[in-house]
Amino acid sequence: MEILTSIASFIAADFRTATPLILAGMGLVFSSRAGIVNIGVEGMMLVGALAGVAGSWWFGSAWYGALFAMAMASIISLIFAYLSVTVKADQIVIGAAINILGLGLTTTFARTLFGLNTAPPAIDSFSIIAIPVLSQIPFIGQAFFRQNALVYLAIILVPIASFIMFKTDIGLKVRAVGEHPKACDTVGINVYLVRYITILVSGLFSGLAGAYVSLGLLSFFTENMVAGRGFMALAAVVFGKYSPKGILLAGLVFGAAEAIQFRLQAAGTAIPFQFLLMLPYALTIFALAGFVGKSRAPAANAQPYEKD
Amino acid sequence: MGGNDLEEKKSSGSKELLLKLGIPFVAVLAALLIGAGVIAFIGVDPWIAYKSLFMGSLSNVNSMAETLVKTTPLIFTALSYAFAARCGLVNLGAEGQLYAGAIFSTTLAIYLTGLPMIIHLPVAISAGFIGGGLWGLLAGWLKVRFGASEVITTIMLNYIAVHFLSFLVTGPMIEPPGNFPQTPQAQLSAILPKIVPGTRLHLGFIIALLAILFYYFFLWKTTTGYETRVVGLNPTAAEYAGINPTKNALLAMFIAGGFAGLAGTSEILGIQLRMFQAFSPGYGFDGIAVALLGGGTPVGILIAGILFGILRSGANMMQMLARVPIAIIYIIQAFVIIFVISSGYFTKAYNKRKLEKQAREGGTNNGNTDIDS
Repeated sequence: MEILTSIASFIAADFRTATPLILAGMGLVFSSRAGIVNIGVEGMMLVGALAGVAGSWWFGSAWYGALFAMAMASIISLIFAYLSVTVKADQIVIGAAINILGLGLTTTFARTLFGLNTAPPAIDSFSIIAIPVLSQIPFIGQAFFRQNALVYLAIILVPIASFIMFKTDIGLKVRAVGEHPKACDTVGINVYLVRYITILVSGLFSGLAGAYVSLGLLSFFTENMVAGRGFMALAAVVFGKYSPKGILLAGLVFGAAEAIQFRLQAAGTAIPFQFLLMLPYALTIFALAGFVGKSRAPAANAQPYEKD
Repeated sequence: MGGNDLEEKKSSGSKELLLKLGIPFVAVLAALLIGAGVIAFIGVDPWIAYKSLFMGSLSNVNSMAETLVKTTPLIFTALSYAFAARCGLVNLGAEGQLYAGAIFSTTLAIYLTGLPMIIHLPVAISAGFIGGGLWGLLAGWLKVRFGASEVITTIMLNYIAVHFLSFLVTGPMIEPPGNFPQTPQAQLSAILPKIVPGTRLHLGFIIALLAILFYYFFLWKTTTGYETRVVGLNPTAAEYAGINPTKNALLAMFIAGGFAGLAGTSEILGIQLRMFQAFSPGYGFDGIAVALLGGGTPVGILIAGILFGILRSGANMMQMLARVPIAIIYIIQAFVIIFVISSGYFTKAYNKRKLEKQAREGGTNNGNTDIDS
């Protein structure tokens, strides 16, 4: 029984660590499919993390915090969209600039808002919701049905995103724009608009993912607290072969590496936990190189579209 | 992509040259203005903030030396990004290559004993170049052999290097008895000597200047360098001309990684003297800004490196005197990148409007416009 309990708590921890990757991934999958390489997601998540805390502090509810986070991150994503789609600047460089901007803005304003030496304000954060009945089921209840609301939301979003991507006209347009923007243009699809909207969607979800980091995993903001999760979400999109279900699995694999690592550190085993932390990145490289099933990027990846 | 941003525009006349010099100038000025806006927004007089920033970085020998100390790694990482870009590659892995270089050079600097400085120091520095180079080469190999985009792999390799370094300094390389997660100090024979007495400015800065010279001579004065640039400008044409793009991509990633490796090496052997986690405050990504601002040219990188060195070293003083968080320089830096990278669009739009106006006024200046190239 003891082992079952610890497996269940491990699964629960896995979902908790996977959630920011899945949330951000559900937005990123659309912009990626539309041919946008958005490495700025790290900075957008960071903005979301701070805005989440600030919003929760100002408006007194974690949900308002999350909405505020989504709003702020989407503003940043519109800067990214303008520069990469309209100005046609190099997406990679703009993304890098957005990350630096996110770090600068959040660190500066966190100090101004919360001060340096004062204790972080007590704010409303996302607390655990035990689903009635289901959470009482032995093992399964502990593993799956005692999470905070955003974890459930992340899981629910996967089939929705998958449906939109593969079963609707919208999804078809997004995919077509990523594969062959020119052809889309000739049949009257507004390539710029599709890209703007998908980048906005990635911004909204990055913001939510950031709010999850600051209001779901913790209940305060610290400098650079996203700590590479944005890049990892990007990796999950690639490792998950640009499909929402794949991203869910990738998120859970990456999350498991992190969850095991915490356990190893706590247990004080001889296995260096750093090697587990490397796992998500190594797996992504393997996926890109085709060692674990080739991950293929859209044909028009990272290419600005130039209308004639 | 990456390569084209750094591509020199044919300067047809002094007006063009003025534009070329003017863009970085305007970009920096505009970014500083935005920074001033943010400073004012958080309730500090921007004038006082910037005054303390420049006082803190340029007011005396010591602060100027400190500026060059901060400039040194930035030059290396900028060269790293710029070199790969010249070959049409996007190297976002300078941070990881910096750590890989530091791991190689620190290992030899600590555990190789009984050598005179004249041998030990060059060996350790070369190891740093090779370590960073191999880490860059790995990304290059993954690209040419498996088609894995270096944009993603270099980012992933950053984190692998960070975690590996963390493993080393908490495990095999930890300083006995193991109270702190850091390595022992480097042997005295492997430490970069100070070049200005009483300051922290060390030989690494001279090596950075030499690296700029190497960058210039290799790219513009050697056949291989010429090939590298041709591959960067037009890979198809390069192949028709019998240039092997695979070989050039691998070499470019090795040298780019090597430059970044030297950033880590000079930071450890010149300043920190021992290795610990996160000793680089993001020099890898700063290098991108420096390379872009410098237009990928040797002199440009030097000037942009010093400018960012000023920001970095003055930011401490600004935080102390004016209570403006150091992080404000990241905002300035981000806007420098944004303005430089989008300048092409706005000058193009300006030129187009001018041409249209000329055409309307019956001007004959058609046909020979290569502004779109």
